[in-house]
Amino acid sequence: MKIPLARIAHCRSGDKGDIANIGVIAYDERHFPILLREVTAERVKQFFGERVKGRVERFVLPNLGALNFVLYEALGGGGTVSLRIDAQGKTYGAALLGMEIEVHDRELT
Amino acid sequence: MIRIANGQGFWGDWLEAPVRLVEQGPIDYLTLDYLAEVTMSILEKQRQRDPALGYARDFPPLVKRLAKQLRERGVRVVANAGGVNPVACAREVRRLAPELKVAVVLGDDIFPRIDEFLAKGFEMRNMDTGEPLSTVRDRLLSANLYLGAFPLAKALATGADVVISGRCADAALALAPMIQRFGWNETDWNLLAAGVAAGHVIECGPQSTGGNSQGDWMSIPDFANIGYPIVEAEPDGVCTITKHPGTGGRVTAGTVKEQLVYEIGDPCSYMTPDVIADFTSLQVTDLGGDRVRISGARGRERPEMLKASMNYSAGWKATGTLVYSWPQALEKARTADRIVRERLRQLHLEFDAIETEFLGVNACHGPAARTVEDPAEVQVRIGVRGRDQKAVDRFTRELIPLVLSGPPGATGYGEGRPPVREVVAYWPTLIPREGIEARVEVVE
Repeated sequence: MKIPLARIAHCRSGDKGDIANIGVIAYDERHFPILLREVTAERVKQFFGERVKGRVERFVLPNLGALNFVLYEALGGGGTVSLRIDAQGKTYGAALLGMEIEVHDRELT
Repeated sequence: MIRIANGQGFWGDWLEAPVRLVEQGPIDYLTLDYLAEVTMSILEKQRQRDPALGYARDFPPLVKRLAKQLRERGVRVVANAGGVNPVACAREVRRLAPELKVAVVLGDDIFPRIDEFLAKGFEMRNMDTGEPLSTVRDRLLSANLYLGAFPLAKALATGADVVISGRCADAALALAPMIQRFGWNETDWNLLAAGVAAGHVIECGPQSTGGNSQGDWMSIPDFANIGYPIVEAEPDGVCTITKHPGTGGRVTAGTVKEQLVYEIGDPCSYMTPDVIADFTSLQVTDLGGDRVRISGARGRERPEMLKASMNYSAGWKATGTLVYSWPQALEKARTADRIVRERLRQLHLEFDAIETEFLGVNACHGPAARTVEDPAEVQVRIGVRGRDQKAVDRFTRELIPLVLSGPPGATGYGEGRPPVREVVAYWPTLIPREGIEARVEVVE
């Protein structure tokens, strides 16, 4: 079945220049394998579409049950250069919580 | 064990937080992080206008307000409030609180040495774009190295009540007291990594104690009285993140993990001037009662190059908004955007960038936003950026006329035309360590 990422994970996002990062953390570490399988760099890149001009890199923190995504050319120039309301990517983590992922019922018990 | 608190996550953070940290429970060190990436260029401009300025002006009055209690409770302050003029900051602190001993850390400001570095063949390429510094040299506004924790520790060793630095690594503010009190050495990589991890967790203040926390945020109690973070650091590097009892907010494994992954790149290599910390080695244990232990930190030898943050002038920008209400709010806002762009074309105005966002529809999330059907109102926000200040200024006159000449029911223009602002852009780069000398001075 399809569920939004928000069911099993929470996020925080921020910036470094024109680069945004999104940390994705499993509420329950038993659900970390779902994150590993479903939340790939390709899917995150696709999810943000034209918002992210550059590549998306994924890093794994098994010790925290977390993933870190680094989004290049993602903030319209970044910092003070950007004309966007969210020039620092503060809301990108919240956006990603709406991404739909595929899980089996038994994985959620 | 020593207790290190952080009372400011940025310049402009809650003014009461540091006072409450000192008053509401025991701490040994109060750190204050004032310097965001573009702050230095603002301070550099202030110093050019007045040689006695160029530091975080909130800081000296805060020290004055706390001076008596700092002495009574034995709390020492470590702050990067010095900006581009730490000595002037220290003098003002001494003027307002003459009973306190103040030491400054100098050596981060490399602005006067840029041409010397260029002559040596340092290209100082932008870490993000790869461009050499020569492309913006004539527009450079400030240049500062990120200093590490050891010069700050040396300043603490003078017995100073207040240590003031300019640009330093954010986590260095918390690491310095650990180095000084526990006698950690420059090659104690695992211990330094432990201090850096704890410093990273508290450097953004209440972002580790429930603030801006996505996880189950609606159940977080009493944001109005949120407790700012405290690290209880042990000599073996084990650190416990907590806050004063009775304060608002919450410290859980979740709030700490969110901050650990905040604004990082490769978690195996969190780069600081003192050590490369491996965040994948950290064990985070929720002890309950707003206490979270971080242990197991591993670190590797410090990088050969030091990071520097420079700022340069990159033209001008302005953003303005209008609000349209139901019915057809989004269609009205889109029409307004088309009219503005058409009129800018007719004026032959050229910009490096024009960007339009529809607040209430997709401004924050772009294509990832959920679909909104027939919104009650939409704010259209149009921004331009360019090298021609006059063109940007002309743009600011093109929004309000739509109130009479565009789609019906435009409102939200009460603040008049938007201000034109100078764009100060960020230039991150790397500099060899050789020839860089930080030094400590006690300011009498």
